[in-house]
Amino acid sequence: MKSSRRKFLKIAGVSALGLGAKPVLDVLAASGEHETTSTPEIKKGKDALTAKRWAMVIDTRKIESEEDLKPMIEACHKIHNVPDLENKNHEIKWIWTEEFQHGFSTQEYEFADERVKHLPFLTLCNHCENAACVRVCPTKATFKREDGIVLMDFHRCIGCRFCMAACPYGSRSFNFRDPRPFIKETNPEFPTRSKGVVEKCNFCAERLAVGKMPACVEASNGVLTFGDLDDPESEVRKLLKTNYAIRRKPALGAGPSVFYII
Amino acid sequence: MTNNKKIYDKGMVIVGLCIFVVVITFPFWFNLGNAAPAPEPKIADKAKAAKECVMPKEYMKIEHMQLLNEWRDTVVRDAKRIYVGSSGKEFNMSLTNTCLDCHTEKAEFCDKCHNYASVSPYCWECHIDPKEAK
Repeated sequence: MKSSRRKFLKIAGVSALGLGAKPVLDVLAASGEHETTSTPEIKKGKDALTAKRWAMVIDTRKIESEEDLKPMIEACHKIHNVPDLENKNHEIKWIWTEEFQHGFSTQEYEFADERVKHLPFLTLCNHCENAACVRVCPTKATFKREDGIVLMDFHRCIGCRFCMAACPYGSRSFNFRDPRPFIKETNPEFPTRSKGVVEKCNFCAERLAVGKMPACVEASNGVLTFGDLDDPESEVRKLLKTNYAIRRKPALGAGPSVFYII
Repeated sequence: MTNNKKIYDKGMVIVGLCIFVVVITFPFWFNLGNAAPAPEPKIADKAKAAKECVMPKEYMKIEHMQLLNEWRDTVVRDAKRIYVGSSGKEFNMSLTNTCLDCHTEKAEFCDKCHNYASVSPYCWECHIDPKEAK
């Protein structure tokens, strides 16, 4: 009877295997079904503006004083819930003004003409081609989008501020405090930031997605032009073709996407 | 032959053990039958009128956090902001502008369950509840 015991054990083993496999197969089958019902389509809005490399041209000849730039700064800061902190050390800015001497510190200044010397220059994130902030970010919270916009994922920012040290243009601000109490008028359609994250201009990615031009461009009365730097027929390229324009600190090789017609 | 199985101070040890067991299980039997009932989130009128969510109710109940995670990544990273739900309807992928537009009562809808389950998602540190903003 030895051989029959052996047989019995074999059969028992195989059946146990079969019984054990059934629930596993069931789960696999169920998860397969699950996948098919829960992968709905995700797409871009049909009005979304797209480009290979977004860029901005600022015509400084049309600017006379700080007053001309205020509406653009206000438009931006208002829709993006940028807080107004009095303490300069805590200041948050997406778009601001800078003197030529400071904004364009690598340019000849001593004998620059009087107009340029005293003109306020509108400064913002340059959305660089080789952005230093993107390279240093340890969590990939700052990244470069396909359309050239250097964007921040606030969900992933750990507030290490490497990007602030890396950015040669001072485009980034850190939230040392909870910004909410310092926002005069909250725009409910755009999130605020929380304490401990870095923030900066986003080239109005949320507006481009619904077919609108950036807020500052809209408020600029033609001082600012926004378009695709990769498209030879775009407005920005036409302006750059016919006017002499400079960029901030070009020798650093960052490749800024904001141009200034002098 | 000596008897090794003797417990010294048997009475004391058993009494001590009993006290120990009672003390350690105290939270369990003390709260027996007092469990807080699972909250029933209140569906706002606007959500009721809409009849359907982006996905079926059962899916949303279990998977809404995964869905929101997916939303935030595709919106921020891939610049894709339109979600075609289970019924073929298109939605703007936005917590404040889409979810809270229907589920107008955040306190009665989101917070109720989150508090019960003792989870504190940090969504609201940045995303705005239009009601609280006012």
